[in-house]
Amino acid sequence: MKRSTLSSDEKAAARAELRHHQWLAFSLVLPLLCFLLFSFIAPISTLLLRSVYHPNVQQLIPHTIALLNEWDGHDLPNNNLMIQMAIELKKLAKQREAGELAQEINRNLAGSASQIKITARQLRQIDDAILMHKGQTYLQDAHPAWRDKAIWFAIKKAGQVFTDQYYLTALDLEKNAQGKIQSRQDINLYIALFLKTLKMAFIVTGLTLILGYPLAYYLASAPARTANVLFIFVLLPFWTSILVRTTAWIALLQTNGVINASLLWLDIIKQPLPLLYNQFSTIIVMTHILLPLMILPLYAVMKSIDPCYVRAAGSLGAKPVRIFLTVYFPMTLSGLSAGILLVFILFIGYFITPALVGGTDGQLISNIIAFHMQKSNNWALASALGALLLLFIIVLYWLFDRLTDPNKLKLV
Amino acid sequence: MSSFPSYYTISHKISFVLLKLFAFLVLFFLMLPLLIVIPLSFNIEPYFSFTQGMLKLDPNAYSLKWYHAFFSTPIWLTAIKNSLFIATASALLATTLGTLAALGLSANTMPFKRFIMAIFLSPMIVPLIITAAGMFFFYAKFNLVGTYLGLILAHTSLGIPFVIITVCASLKSFDQNLYNAARLCGASPIRAFFNITFPLIKPGILSGALFAFVTSLDEIVLVLFLAGPEQRTIPRQMFSGLREQINPTILAVSTLLTLMTILLLISLSLLRRNEKAP
Amino acid sequence: MRHSLFLSILFLFSSLIGIGTPTLAEESSLTVVSFGGAYGAAQKKHMIDPYMKKTNTTILFDDYSGGVAEMKAQVEANNVLWDVVDIEAIDLERACSEGLLEVIPDSILSKGSDGVSAKKDFLPQALANECGIGLMVWANIFAFSEKTIGKTYPTTIADVFDTKKIPGKRAFRKRPQVNLEWALLADGVPKEKLYATLATAKGQQRAFAKLDTIKKDIVWFDSWSQAPQLLNDGGAVIVQSANGRIYDAIAKDKKPFQIVWDGNLYDLDVWAIVKGTQHKQAALDFITFATGSKPLAGMADIAYGPTRKSSMAYVSPNVLPFLPSSNMAQGSQADSLFWSDYGESLGEKFNEWLLKQ
Repeated sequence: MKRSTLSSDEKAAARAELRHHQWLAFSLVLPLLCFLLFSFIAPISTLLLRSVYHPNVQQLIPHTIALLNEWDGHDLPNNNLMIQMAIELKKLAKQREAGELAQEINRNLAGSASQIKITARQLRQIDDAILMHKGQTYLQDAHPAWRDKAIWFAIKKAGQVFTDQYYLTALDLEKNAQGKIQSRQDINLYIALFLKTLKMAFIVTGLTLILGYPLAYYLASAPARTANVLFIFVLLPFWTSILVRTTAWIALLQTNGVINASLLWLDIIKQPLPLLYNQFSTIIVMTHILLPLMILPLYAVMKSIDPCYVRAAGSLGAKPVRIFLTVYFPMTLSGLSAGILLVFILFIGYFITPALVGGTDGQLISNIIAFHMQKSNNWALASALGALLLLFIIVLYWLFDRLTDPNKLKLV
Repeated sequence: MSSFPSYYTISHKISFVLLKLFAFLVLFFLMLPLLIVIPLSFNIEPYFSFTQGMLKLDPNAYSLKWYHAFFSTPIWLTAIKNSLFIATASALLATTLGTLAALGLSANTMPFKRFIMAIFLSPMIVPLIITAAGMFFFYAKFNLVGTYLGLILAHTSLGIPFVIITVCASLKSFDQNLYNAARLCGASPIRAFFNITFPLIKPGILSGALFAFVTSLDEIVLVLFLAGPEQRTIPRQMFSGLREQINPTILAVSTLLTLMTILLLISLSLLRRNEKAP
Repeated sequence: MRHSLFLSILFLFSSLIGIGTPTLAEESSLTVVSFGGAYGAAQKKHMIDPYMKKTNTTILFDDYSGGVAEMKAQVEANNVLWDVVDIEAIDLERACSEGLLEVIPDSILSKGSDGVSAKKDFLPQALANECGIGLMVWANIFAFSEKTIGKTYPTTIADVFDTKKIPGKRAFRKRPQVNLEWALLADGVPKEKLYATLATAKGQQRAFAKLDTIKKDIVWFDSWSQAPQLLNDGGAVIVQSANGRIYDAIAKDKKPFQIVWDGNLYDLDVWAIVKGTQHKQAALDFITFATGSKPLAGMADIAYGPTRKSSMAYVSPNVLPFLPSSNMAQGSQADSLFWSDYGESLGEKFNEWLLKQ
């Protein structure tokens, strides 16, 4: 038997044809790919880069940093180095950049900002030629802490262009003078905040599940006409602006808002309850905002379950609880996992609602990122925290991707 | 389930009634904020709470003054203009780029399909605060922070996943043979697209555009980081109102936005019905 | 077709936009940023609106909640969006030393309405810093509402820290400035030694320890305009505030509020120009106008003292007892040099303290 084969010319033609089609399809995708590369991918990459690349201090006092890199750390730096520091600090003071240096060093050694600023202000008036000779004396006279090794370690550390220190800080770790990684001495903030965010994410996910599952079940089993009408009450809040919903909750929860006023009027309470600007309000409002996202995938799955299965199990004599646990519930698992992960992922990255209703103790990890972006201007730390959050979300999304298909969501 | 099957026992019926009760309570929880906002926006007093007069349905306790305040404050009017301008521009851009890309993605010959799809959907997954921080760093280099263009680029990125999802979904149900037939009959690719493919996937494109439009209209985090004083949008204005000076004008705005949501929902469901029709 | 509805909505929007496509950054427009609320309204009335009318320029008048962070972000990212900013002198020294502001020459200042030269007419503190021109004197005070306070009225700064005597929430602005000073004053540090004490590690610990005693009773706010609101809606029984905002609520809205001047920290607000602005000349012109005798006198509408002697001729005698200058004996001046040196360190400590449970 002779197998029919393609001649090499035909193969080449087919391959060329395929390549042509591939290229055609790709050329349709290309504009968007380029667009997103600029508008979205590059910005995220910049953020990741900023979490490890931090040349500020190196650019501010390059000569001092070069000398410090050779310093062994046993004794105080030599006079030459101190003079260099004095000269460069004076230059910064003249250009009004000493403040920036102070801010950077202060992140490594709390309290050093004032030392650097006070020194800079005093050096500003002194001639370069004098500093060349006696820079070290002026430095140490301006502030005694220049005789302490701690400040020099802090400057050396801040002078590293590529650094892992912001990731360490984001994980409440630090390097000690010997370069060993240890947990931060003074304060543990970020791990606690990550854990708090996770804890609240679990609570909110649990609440949406408890509220959402029975509602989705009821909607899926109600007659079509009733269900369609009632479904509007799920979709309407879902489509309403986040800010509108947050505003409404502020009106409900504030000190003399609707809920407190009603409770006072009904004589249930004597003093208004503190309902707003705390963890409680973050949890309630976020539950409200994310609840539709739990209901939608659950409803989609429940709607596609054939009631015959449940009836069959019933007519075979299974008790309702058993029918639910062994027949119905397993069939809703895909919708359930989709809902849980959707709510969980969105909660972890949420910013705006906690910022408005959370007060001080209802803040999440996103809010501290925004804080370091906008208030403390510690952009490298914000980037490192953001990168960690992103990594976490990607892992969760990978799970989400395996468990669900986004096309199945009924959004309208 | 108005009538219960005959084999249902009393306890079945009771549990179903309880379920129904619970479901209605949850629906009430979902609708509560909207139910509160609308009447409060007519409050004559400058507070976020019901007055005695309002509860007694005294007509003097109600007024349109916050609506009047909204329509006569230049900042709010500028905010409407800015919001609509940015949302329309980014919806148009996202729809054009997204539809083209969806056509490419739905071709069987598309290489690296999964990977490219993941990139296109990523703006939906990455937390907004991270996107906002990254864009702030990167756009500042190109002097795009504090410009309309910067905001449009940012919002377009957020709208793209929605366009990709809706257009890909309608392309899935589109019979590629129709297009091939048109090509065989001698139509150019462009003509075949506009005469055959486009009319059939139009509902998908339009609902994608609508999603992108609404996403931009409601977006606040990127606006907080990227907008200058000139680009105040409605959400931005509401945000500073909530942070600084709580005043029922925000409730009036909320009511108007809710009405718009209802209109959008109606048009979306009409679109969907249209999509099902063929 | 079914979606003609949708299309008509889209057309409606696009036609709306056609009417009013936002004007893209005009050359002549100037962005001025200040603190909003009653204060912003007074500035708008006496400085912004008259200037726009006189010179036919457009001014975007925006609010911020103080501090140097936003300016710093703009300067560091090389993307300056603000031109003129109203800064508290407590933050001015720091912003200036960190290179965030342009130097403003005194020569741009106009003569007083009585013909006296600017140098003699202005209070010396108003011209003390090369980066800013003082525009008014205000005071950090605390206030309470007769409606919510209960039987005992607070009279001293120590009462603010005494939750047994005055139970209920206290609202403070979320920053170390003023709060740390008050903590020390309430703890018995005499006002002459205030900043010397706060400069030491021990003094700082003492201040935070004092704040710790009422930490759970503090409501933090971000923007000055929230202070009278919190007092009004019962969110707090005692609020820290700028004196003008409480005065405005008493005088204009007839609120039953009372100001306590004990331990007040008075300070100046200045006009400054953000470094790297595209509109430096326009910014200077605006400052020349806004620091004239008459516009400055307008600040007394809400009981802020003008920084020029010649402005006093336009100030109503009814306001005089409410001006910070009439109550200086009970207070002291906020030290901007101290906060320039310690703002960074104490800011960080303060935030960590806040987040610590």
